[in-house]
Amino acid sequence: MAIIVERKRLSFWERTYLPQILSGLYITLKNFFAPKVTLEYPDQQPVIPQGYRGAPVLVCDSDGRHKCVSCQLCEFVCPSKAIKVTPSAIPEDSQYAFIEKGPADFQIDMSRCIYCGLCQEACPEQAIFMGSEFSINAYTRAGLVRHKDDLYKIGGVVPDKIMKWQKIKEREAK
Amino acid sequence: MQSYHIFSDCALINGAIYFGLSVLCVFIIMAFAGLSVVAERKVCAYIQGRWGPNRTAIAVVEDIPFVGNFLKKNGLMQLAADGLKFLLKEDPLPKHVKKIWYMLAPVMALAPVLIVAGVIPFGVYWQDGRAYPVSIANIDISLLVALAVGGLGVYGAIMAGWSSNSKYPYLGAMRAAAQVISYELAMGLSVLPVILMASYNGVSALSIFEIAKMQSGDVWLCMLQPLSALIFLVALFAETNRLPFDMAESETDFVSGYHTEYGSFKFGLFFVGEYGHVVVGSALFIALFLGGWDPLPGCDWPSSWGIVSTLLSVATFLVKVAFMVVFFIWIRWTVPRFRNDQVMTLGWKCLVPLAALNFVAYLIYTSIA
Repeated sequence: MAIIVERKRLSFWERTYLPQILSGLYITLKNFFAPKVTLEYPDQQPVIPQGYRGAPVLVCDSDGRHKCVSCQLCEFVCPSKAIKVTPSAIPEDSQYAFIEKGPADFQIDMSRCIYCGLCQEACPEQAIFMGSEFSINAYTRAGLVRHKDDLYKIGGVVPDKIMKWQKIKEREAK
Repeated sequence: MQSYHIFSDCALINGAIYFGLSVLCVFIIMAFAGLSVVAERKVCAYIQGRWGPNRTAIAVVEDIPFVGNFLKKNGLMQLAADGLKFLLKEDPLPKHVKKIWYMLAPVMALAPVLIVAGVIPFGVYWQDGRAYPVSIANIDISLLVALAVGGLGVYGAIMAGWSSNSKYPYLGAMRAAAQVISYELAMGLSVLPVILMASYNGVSALSIFEIAKMQSGDVWLCMLQPLSALIFLVALFAETNRLPFDMAESETDFVSGYHTEYGSFKFGLFFVGEYGHVVVGSALFIALFLGGWDPLPGCDWPSSWGIVSTLLSVATFLVKVAFMVVFFIWIRWTVPRFRNDQVMTLGWKCLVPLAALNFVAYLIYTSIA
């Protein structure tokens, strides 16, 4: 049902429009002296919230083991073909030699990455994460391609509660 | 009556000095126009909770301690960047325009402003016990000159709109013409009581300087004639094409109004012309209604101080102009713009009759009193 709103008849002063202008001027004057909300970006960095989806990085577990096993699922799922994994065997003398594979190189082309987070979702080893980095610059195209060492360095350590490979190793030792 | 100051017996030297003063006057107006562009950006930013331009810096100047940082944070070096941008951009000449008028229009928008600046009394000086204005030309009908030549500014808009040969500039120009015609009328009518009042006081009533001098050491005319002052101020906003009356530009419906087809330095001239108009309009309003070079109502710089008083009067006037320009900007970022029909209604149905009534009321009042 339609509601008929009773319009209040404006007083003479209100019809002159001047009181409204004056009160408007007062409001803008208050705003003029109010604290500014601008974040002066390069000088002040924003607070990155939990769960932020920044640039993808590779991580180590709490023992310092590189978690990636170069299964290449991230490479296949990546819609913009930003990831390129070069698989290889883990060296014989490494304590993790029983793990089948590790990447010889792991490239993420940041000029292609669309920050969709599918690589993180696809990873069975929880080795790739979306980090908190959002401002990525380089002078050349090649500078925007990140390699394995950089990715591990930026990613750092993500504590792993399950420690799957350690358990497998212990079971095999029995 | 000696109408202008004679610096030297040699006419040539006198002329040269006046030429120099004119150039100085143009520089002052241009500097004020440039600074008001920065002020516009800064004030609007502050009102909207932002900082405004505070990063532009010139390499060497930036390193001067205190001063460099002050200039940078207040966006004053942005001024140079803006100006250079207008100068260095490609200056396109569209094929479909009427070339002569198209080139002439920006000049036409700026020139009247600078001419009017010549009759504005920026201060006062004394010679042989008589007061003279600090202005390029001290003429008895300076108010008429200011209103007549100031109104010519709209020809820039009309020329630009017509010669651009395209629909939005044309519509913008038509609106500019309609608006200026209606508000010019209200403006002219609103100063009539002031002229009358001045003539009762036995001074040359059409001279801006005499009207300003009349208020010196006395109450200001905005208190004696508040309605006149209000109508004049509103009409001034319309004349200078400022929001809430920016019908000619109205980027919401006309892209950019009459200067849609302009770019680079020609647009820069329109831009400076608009702000110059604001500056000169403010100066006119201050001289007529806000006590000219007086710091406070009922208090003036004594003539016995000589040159010190003159300098103080000029400084006071310029500070007042600066405040007035900030007020223009403040209004712009406060009041939403009117529709075209509302502008016309306000002009013809409100301001013109009100100004006429005000005049008649003052006539009746003075004939009784």
